[in-house]
Amino acid sequence: MITMSKDTMQIVREQDVVPFRNRVRELAVKIGMSLVNQTKLITAASELVRNMLKYANGGKITLEIVNKNGQNGIRLIFADEGPGIENIPQAMQDGFSTGKSLGLGLPGTKRLVNEFDIKSVVGSGTTVTVTHWKNGR
Amino acid sequence: MDRIPILKMGPFLLVTIQVDLYDRLALNLENDLIAMVSKTGARGVLIDISAVNIVDSFMGRILGNIASMSRIMDAETVVVGMQPAVAITLVELGLTLQGVHTALNVEKGMDLLYDRTDLLTTQEDEDNGEAPDDYNE
Repeated sequence: MITMSKDTMQIVREQDVVPFRNRVRELAVKIGMSLVNQTKLITAASELVRNMLKYANGGKITLEIVNKNGQNGIRLIFADEGPGIENIPQAMQDGFSTGKSLGLGLPGTKRLVNEFDIKSVVGSGTTVTVTHWKNGR
Repeated sequence: MDRIPILKMGPFLLVTIQVDLYDRLALNLENDLIAMVSKTGARGVLIDISAVNIVDSFMGRILGNIASMSRIMDAETVVVGMQPAVAITLVELGLTLQGVHTALNVEKGMDLLYDRTDLLTTQEDEDNGEAPDDYNE
Protein backbone atom coordinates (compact mmCIF):
# COMPACT_ATOMS: atom_id res chain seq x y z
CA MET A 1 0.00 0.00 0.00
CA ILE A 2 1.42 3.39 -1.03
CA THR A 3 0.53 6.61 0.79
CA MET A 4 -0.26 9.38 -1.70
CA SER A 5 -1.07 12.18 0.72
CA LYS A 6 -1.08 12.62 4.45
CA ASP A 7 -2.64 15.08 6.81
CA THR A 8 -3.35 15.16 10.53
CA MET A 9 -6.07 16.67 12.68
CA GLN A 10 -6.16 17.15 16.41
CA ILE A 11 -9.51 16.41 18.03
CA VAL A 12 -10.09 17.96 21.43
CA ARG A 13 -13.77 18.83 21.61
CA GLU A 14 -17.17 17.97 20.25
CA GLN A 15 -17.11 20.94 17.82
CA ASP A 16 -14.19 19.33 15.98
CA VAL A 17 -16.39 16.47 14.79
CA VAL A 18 -18.18 18.27 11.96
CA PRO A 19 -15.03 19.87 10.45
CA PHE A 20 -13.32 16.49 10.63
CA ARG A 21 -16.21 14.80 8.83
CA ASN A 22 -16.08 17.51 6.16
CA ARG A 23 -12.38 16.88 5.73
CA VAL A 24 -13.02 13.16 5.20
CA ARG A 25 -15.72 14.01 2.68
CA GLU A 26 -13.35 16.28 0.74
CA LEU A 27 -10.80 13.49 0.45
CA ALA A 28 -13.44 10.94 -0.55
CA VAL A 29 -14.78 13.28 -3.24
CA LYS A 30 -11.23 13.93 -4.42
CA ILE A 31 -10.62 10.25 -5.19
CA GLY A 32 -14.06 9.91 -6.78
CA MET A 33 -15.68 7.70 -4.16
CA SER A 34 -19.38 6.98 -4.76
CA LEU A 35 -21.98 8.60 -2.52
CA VAL A 36 -22.90 5.40 -0.68
CA ASN A 37 -19.26 4.61 0.05
CA GLN A 38 -18.63 8.19 1.13
CA THR A 39 -21.56 7.98 3.51
CA LYS A 40 -20.36 4.68 4.97
CA LEU A 41 -16.84 5.96 5.48
CA ILE A 42 -17.91 9.27 7.03
CA THR A 43 -20.40 7.54 9.32
CA ALA A 44 -17.68 5.11 10.46
CA ALA A 45 -15.30 8.03 10.98
CA SER A 46 -17.96 9.85 12.96
CA GLU A 47 -18.46 6.87 15.28
CA LEU A 48 -14.73 6.54 15.87
CA VAL A 49 -14.15 10.21 16.54
CA ARG A 50 -17.01 10.21 19.04
CA ASN A 51 -15.51 7.19 20.80
CA MET A 52 -12.22 9.01 20.98
CA LEU A 53 -13.82 12.07 22.54
CA LYS A 54 -15.96 10.08 24.92
CA TYR A 55 -13.40 7.66 26.28
CA ALA A 56 -10.09 9.48 25.79
CA ASN A 57 -11.03 13.19 25.65
CA GLY A 58 -9.83 13.36 22.06
CA GLY A 59 -6.73 12.42 20.16
CA LYS A 60 -4.99 12.67 16.84
CA ILE A 61 -6.35 11.56 13.48
CA THR A 62 -4.18 10.90 10.45
CA LEU A 63 -6.00 11.15 7.12
CA GLU A 64 -4.36 9.54 4.11
CA ILE A 65 -5.09 8.87 0.49
CA VAL A 66 -3.60 5.47 -0.19
CA ASN A 67 -3.15 3.34 -3.27
CA LYS A 68 -3.06 -0.44 -3.56
CA ASN A 69 -2.88 -2.28 -6.88
CA GLY A 70 -3.85 0.90 -8.71
CA GLN A 71 -6.92 1.56 -6.61
CA ASN A 72 -7.23 4.62 -4.43
CA GLY A 73 -8.68 4.60 -0.96
CA ILE A 74 -8.87 6.59 2.24
CA ARG A 75 -7.10 5.46 5.38
CA LEU A 76 -7.90 7.03 8.73
CA ILE A 77 -5.84 6.41 11.83
CA PHE A 78 -7.40 7.36 15.16
CA ALA A 79 -4.82 7.49 17.92
CA ASP A 80 -5.70 8.42 21.46
CA GLU A 81 -3.97 8.34 24.81
CA GLY A 82 -6.98 7.22 26.76
CA PRO A 83 -7.45 4.37 29.21
CA GLY A 84 -7.22 1.70 26.51
CA ILE A 85 -9.56 -1.23 26.00
CA GLU A 86 -9.12 -4.20 28.28
CA ASN A 87 -11.08 -6.75 26.33
CA ILE A 88 -11.11 -6.03 22.59
CA PRO A 89 -13.16 -9.07 21.52
CA GLN A 90 -15.84 -7.96 23.98
CA ALA A 91 -15.70 -4.35 22.74
CA MET A 92 -16.21 -5.66 19.21
CA GLN A 93 -19.48 -7.36 20.15
CA ASP A 94 -22.75 -5.81 19.04
CA GLY A 95 -24.59 -4.26 21.93
CA PHE A 96 -21.67 -4.12 24.32
CA SER A 97 -20.84 -0.77 25.85
CA THR A 98 -19.15 0.40 28.99
CA GLY A 99 -20.64 3.84 28.40
CA LYS A 100 -24.32 4.48 28.03
CA SER A 101 -24.33 4.19 24.26
CA LEU A 102 -26.04 1.63 22.06
CA GLY A 103 -22.82 -0.34 21.78
CA LEU A 104 -22.86 -0.17 17.99
CA GLY A 105 -19.75 1.97 17.57
CA LEU A 106 -16.92 -0.49 17.03
CA PRO A 107 -18.71 -3.50 15.50
CA GLY A 108 -20.92 -1.22 13.39
CA THR A 109 -17.92 0.73 12.21
CA LYS A 110 -16.15 -2.46 11.22
CA ARG A 111 -19.09 -3.43 9.02
CA LEU A 112 -19.04 -0.07 7.27
CA VAL A 113 -15.42 -0.06 6.09
CA ASN A 114 -13.27 -2.43 4.04
CA GLU A 115 -10.41 -2.79 6.50
CA PHE A 116 -10.49 -2.35 10.23
CA ASP A 117 -7.71 -2.76 12.76
CA ILE A 118 -7.67 -2.00 16.46
CA LYS A 119 -4.75 -2.01 18.84
CA SER A 120 -4.95 -1.04 22.45
CA VAL A 121 -2.70 -0.94 25.45
CA VAL A 122 -4.44 -0.54 28.79
CA GLY A 123 -3.26 2.64 30.43
CA SER A 124 -1.60 4.13 27.36
CA GLY A 125 -4.16 4.34 24.57
CA THR A 126 -5.99 2.93 21.58
CA THR A 127 -5.28 3.14 17.86
CA VAL A 128 -7.97 2.30 15.33
CA THR A 129 -7.09 2.18 11.64
CA VAL A 130 -9.78 1.99 8.97
CA THR A 131 -9.39 1.87 5.21
CA HIS A 132 -12.11 2.23 2.63
CA TRP A 133 -11.47 1.76 -1.08
CA LYS A 134 -12.88 3.93 -3.82
CA ASN A 135 -15.22 1.24 -5.15
CA GLY A 136 -16.03 -0.02 -1.67
CA ARG A 137 -14.28 -3.38 -2.10
CA MET B 1 -27.26 29.77 21.39
CA ASP B 2 -27.57 27.48 18.40
CA ARG B 3 -31.06 26.30 17.73
CA ILE B 4 -32.98 24.47 15.04
CA PRO B 5 -36.32 26.18 14.41
CA ILE B 6 -39.47 24.26 15.27
CA LEU B 7 -42.56 25.23 13.30
CA LYS B 8 -46.09 24.64 14.47
CA MET B 9 -48.45 23.46 11.76
CA GLY B 10 -51.93 22.87 13.11
CA PRO B 11 -51.76 20.00 15.56
CA PHE B 12 -48.22 19.07 14.52
CA LEU B 13 -44.68 20.32 14.97
CA LEU B 14 -42.40 20.48 11.96
CA VAL B 15 -38.61 20.41 12.12
CA THR B 16 -36.32 20.60 9.11
CA ILE B 17 -32.72 19.74 9.84
CA GLN B 18 -30.55 21.48 7.27
CA VAL B 19 -27.14 21.35 8.85
CA ASP B 20 -24.90 18.61 10.14
CA LEU B 21 -25.94 18.17 13.72
CA TYR B 22 -23.25 18.38 16.29
CA ASP B 23 -23.95 17.12 19.77
CA ARG B 24 -25.01 20.33 21.49
CA LEU B 25 -27.38 21.24 18.66
CA ALA B 26 -28.93 17.78 18.71
CA LEU B 27 -29.45 17.80 22.47
CA ASN B 28 -30.96 21.30 22.29
CA LEU B 29 -33.35 20.08 19.63
CA GLU B 30 -34.39 17.16 21.82
CA ASN B 31 -35.13 19.47 24.75
CA ASP B 32 -36.85 22.15 22.66
CA LEU B 33 -39.08 19.64 20.92
CA ILE B 34 -40.29 18.03 24.10
CA ALA B 35 -40.90 21.46 25.64
CA MET B 36 -42.88 22.47 22.55
CA VAL B 37 -44.95 19.29 22.60
CA SER B 38 -45.81 20.01 26.19
CA LYS B 39 -46.56 23.68 25.59
CA THR B 40 -48.65 23.30 22.44
CA GLY B 41 -50.23 19.93 23.07
CA ALA B 42 -49.04 18.87 19.63
CA ARG B 43 -50.17 15.42 18.58
CA GLY B 44 -47.36 14.77 16.16
CA VAL B 45 -43.76 15.68 15.37
CA LEU B 46 -42.45 15.59 11.83
CA ILE B 47 -38.69 15.65 11.38
CA ASP B 48 -37.38 16.24 7.87
CA ILE B 49 -33.84 14.92 7.45
CA SER B 50 -33.64 15.18 3.65
CA ALA B 51 -30.68 17.55 3.93
CA VAL B 52 -28.80 15.37 6.41
CA ASN B 53 -25.88 13.48 4.88
CA ILE B 54 -24.72 11.55 7.91
CA VAL B 55 -26.74 9.81 10.60
CA ASP B 56 -24.46 8.09 13.08
CA SER B 57 -25.43 6.18 16.21
CA PHE B 58 -25.50 9.37 18.28
CA MET B 59 -27.92 11.06 15.93
CA GLY B 60 -29.93 7.83 15.69
CA ARG B 61 -30.22 7.80 19.43
CA ILE B 62 -31.45 11.40 19.44
CA LEU B 63 -34.17 10.52 16.91
CA GLY B 64 -35.14 7.50 18.99
CA ASN B 65 -35.21 9.58 22.18
CA ILE B 66 -37.42 12.22 20.57
CA ALA B 67 -39.83 9.51 19.44
CA SER B 68 -39.97 7.82 22.86
CA MET B 69 -40.35 11.07 24.77
CA SER B 70 -43.01 12.33 22.38
CA ARG B 71 -44.94 9.09 22.72
CA ILE B 72 -45.02 9.49 26.48
CA MET B 73 -46.35 13.00 25.86
CA ASP B 74 -49.03 11.55 23.56
CA ALA B 75 -47.46 12.66 20.29
CA GLU B 76 -46.29 10.53 17.36
CA THR B 77 -42.97 11.12 15.60
CA VAL B 78 -42.33 10.64 11.90
CA VAL B 79 -38.89 11.00 10.33
CA VAL B 80 -39.09 11.84 6.63
CA GLY B 81 -36.82 12.26 3.63
CA MET B 82 -33.96 9.99 4.55
CA GLN B 83 -31.36 9.81 1.78
CA PRO B 84 -30.87 6.32 0.29
CA ALA B 85 -27.15 6.30 1.16
CA VAL B 86 -28.03 7.13 4.76
CA ALA B 87 -30.54 4.28 4.93
CA ILE B 88 -28.00 1.78 3.55
CA THR B 89 -25.41 2.95 6.05
CA LEU B 90 -27.79 2.86 9.02
CA VAL B 91 -28.72 -0.75 8.40
CA GLU B 92 -25.09 -1.85 8.07
CA LEU B 93 -24.24 0.06 11.19
CA GLY B 94 -26.97 -1.91 12.94
CA LEU B 95 -29.21 1.03 13.75
CA THR B 96 -32.81 0.19 12.93
CA LEU B 97 -34.50 3.27 14.44
CA GLN B 98 -36.98 1.14 16.31
CA GLY B 99 -40.08 2.95 17.42
CA VAL B 100 -39.53 5.77 14.95
CA HIS B 101 -42.07 6.03 12.15
CA THR B 102 -40.63 6.94 8.77
CA ALA B 103 -42.07 8.23 5.51
CA LEU B 104 -40.54 9.05 2.16
CA ASN B 105 -41.37 12.75 2.13
CA VAL B 106 -43.09 15.49 4.11
CA GLU B 107 -46.42 14.96 2.38
CA LYS B 108 -46.50 11.24 3.17
CA GLY B 109 -45.26 11.96 6.65
CA MET B 110 -48.18 14.32 7.23
CA ASP B 111 -50.62 11.68 5.97
CA LEU B 112 -49.06 9.17 8.33
CA LEU B 113 -49.37 11.55 11.27
CA TYR B 114 -53.04 12.24 10.52
CA ASP B 115 -53.56 8.51 10.21
CA ARG B 116 -51.85 7.66 13.46
CA THR B 117 -53.47 10.37 15.49
CA ASP B 118 -56.98 9.94 14.06
CA LEU B 119 -57.12 13.67 13.55
CA LEU B 120 -58.80 13.57 10.15
CA THR B 121 -62.18 12.90 11.72
CA THR B 122 -61.56 15.51 14.37
CA GLN B 123 -60.75 18.07 11.68
CA GLU B 124 -63.96 17.39 9.82
CA ASP B 125 -65.87 17.94 13.00
CA GLU B 126 -64.28 21.32 13.58
CA ASP B 127 -67.42 23.12 12.43
CA ASN B 128 -69.35 21.41 15.18
CA GLY B 129 -67.02 22.92 17.72
CA GLU B 130 -65.62 19.53 18.67
CA ALA B 131 -62.05 20.26 17.73
CA PRO B 132 -59.76 20.32 20.71
CA ASP B 133 -58.86 23.90 21.47
CA ASP B 134 -55.63 23.19 23.26
CA TYR B 135 -53.55 23.85 20.13
CA ASN B 136 -53.74 27.56 20.72
CA GLU B 137 -50.64 28.83 22.35
